[in-house]
Amino acid sequence: MNTSDETTLLERFKSRISAGEKIEPKDWMPERYRKQLIRMISQHAHSEVVGMLPEGNWITRAPSLRRKISLLAKVQDEAGHGMYLYSAAETLGVDRRELIEQLLSGQAKYSHIFNYPTLNWADIGVIGWFVDGAAIVNQTMLAKCSYGPYSRANLRICKEENFHKRQGYEIVATMAAGTTEQREMVQDAVNRWWWPSLMMFGPSDNESPNSAELLRWKVKLHSNDELRQRFVDLTVPQAQAVNITLPDSELRYDKKTQHWNFGKINWEEFWNVVKGNGPCNRERMAARQKADNDGAWVREAAVAYTMKQRMNR
Amino acid sequence: MKNGSDHGTKNVLVEFLLRLGDDRLILGHRLSEWCGHAPILEEDIALANIALDLLGQASAILHLAGDVEGKNRTEDDLAYFREATQFKNLQLVEQPNGDFAFTIARLFFFSTFNNLLCDVLQKSSYETLAGIAAKGFKESSYHLRHSKEWMLRLGGGTEESHRRMQNAVNELWRFTGEMLVFDEVETELQRLNTIPDLSTIASQWSGAAAAVLTEATIIIPFRQKDSGQAGNHAVSGSRHGFHSEYLGHLLAEMQILARSYPDAKW
Amino acid sequence: MATKDMFGEGELWEVFIQKETGAPHEHAGSIHAADSELALQNARDVFARRGEVVSLWVVPANCITASSPDDSGPFFDPADDKIYRHPQFYHVPKAVKGM
Repeated sequence: MNTSDETTLLERFKSRISAGEKIEPKDWMPERYRKQLIRMISQHAHSEVVGMLPEGNWITRAPSLRRKISLLAKVQDEAGHGMYLYSAAETLGVDRRELIEQLLSGQAKYSHIFNYPTLNWADIGVIGWFVDGAAIVNQTMLAKCSYGPYSRANLRICKEENFHKRQGYEIVATMAAGTTEQREMVQDAVNRWWWPSLMMFGPSDNESPNSAELLRWKVKLHSNDELRQRFVDLTVPQAQAVNITLPDSELRYDKKTQHWNFGKINWEEFWNVVKGNGPCNRERMAARQKADNDGAWVREAAVAYTMKQRMNR
Repeated sequence: MKNGSDHGTKNVLVEFLLRLGDDRLILGHRLSEWCGHAPILEEDIALANIALDLLGQASAILHLAGDVEGKNRTEDDLAYFREATQFKNLQLVEQPNGDFAFTIARLFFFSTFNNLLCDVLQKSSYETLAGIAAKGFKESSYHLRHSKEWMLRLGGGTEESHRRMQNAVNELWRFTGEMLVFDEVETELQRLNTIPDLSTIASQWSGAAAAVLTEATIIIPFRQKDSGQAGNHAVSGSRHGFHSEYLGHLLAEMQILARSYPDAKW
Repeated sequence: MATKDMFGEGELWEVFIQKETGAPHEHAGSIHAADSELALQNARDVFARRGEVVSLWVVPANCITASSPDDSGPFFDPADDKIYRHPQFYHVPKAVKGM
């Protein structure tokens, strides 16, 4: 393909994007667009899969059958969401195995939030409320993104995640209205998860290397800071409703902007966790690697069986 | 069944319901341990689905047991505030998960049994139980299909998968005997016409299990009841609260939070 | 293709679901499985776990031939101007009902 063809194609691509059209797998797209999408979608997929671990930690200890069942259903959904997202990435010409190996080798990233431990049952409530709450803000935007398969995957995820946030908030509200110990558990969990949840939206856009490009291509429609602000504005009244204090002394409502102002985020902590030095990075990776290693003979057997059946036919 | 107006009848019915409920609770719990750790993402979802079915059945059955018992105990009271020796589940379901072959073989053995049992119980004259069994029949039909297909794949896949499956079946075999034995509890309920005759289940189970094991090229172990071979005897007594040591640890984990704060609502 | 399968995730299958009898089967997404029976089971577990499905198809992804975006002009345009295929093309007196 010569340069002038490439320029024409790029112009046409840009005009399709600005007209709000969806790009589909077989359509022409700039190599950067494809690469950025693969990186972003696979990170999203890895996050769903690794995200099963901190919550899965409490399935066997859930305090009632109702809670046990809804937590299991929720963690199961995360596996489903991981699958939808891997499939969306696969439409861009990568193989799921390839992506999983990138995760297992430490080459690919996943959301830093899942490197924090779940220490008491209230963590399960707070994760549903904060972490799923933040994810929904992000995914609602991504459901409108320019890449068709990614947009459809997020649409499906948003539909299913409706119950995740509610089951989390219900746990929080029940415990907040419960015994002194339960209130303490919730407050403790809120104190530990609040700031890491704000970090989930990523660094401020002027420090985020990928943001401008992703916005231009309408992979993202809002900046990290805008999404973070939306999350804070949604969450503060929800905390007030159950008499829970968010651990930020600078939290103030600004009547003029109609937004909640909040304090400074400790980005040093964020980068430290991203680089692998969070409280649970090693455990999370070890758990995924173990599942993959222990499962290798099973996957191999399934393929071998199919081959034999085909040969016998 | 006039919902347990007679004291003795009530007791055997509660006893029977605890056996049903505990089997499903404990196996559902074990399967839920796989969530996030399965060999392939699709299987995380499949095993969780099966666990959810079993926990749902357990919840309904224990709720009913509490109702019949009439001591104001909820399904959660029964799940979280009984001691190991008060649990009536089979030792089969409380064994640790082992590898995927072990989990699948156990699921297959239990699902074959569960499916036959639910099929009979859905014809029970006791309508609430019949309703629960009808749902259980549908669900266990799928559990059976899923586990059977994996039995075939692991048995006939690679040398390693075959070896693991044969080991799993050998290990599990001694736990299957007591699953097929019904005692005075079931006999009494049959006499009262609360539940239909269960006597054909044992032979049907043996036939169905043998057919799949044969197709999976797995050697069927002998019933070791009287073989005198050390360490390979058939276990018994679960239905009366006699368990392996594993159950206590499973319950310690499952019950910790509920027991630490007995007055709390969650 | 066979060597790729040996990696272990199995083949890619496209899943089509029917939400009620009489409705068309629509593409729902994809799953990985080593063979068609497991593909069907996996599709059931993934896409029917909220109970809104009455029928499923699974198709190996590599068996689907799709039109190419380059075709979009010549391939689809010719149908665009056949307005006589649409009922609005035909005029009937206003007073007539049920047409």
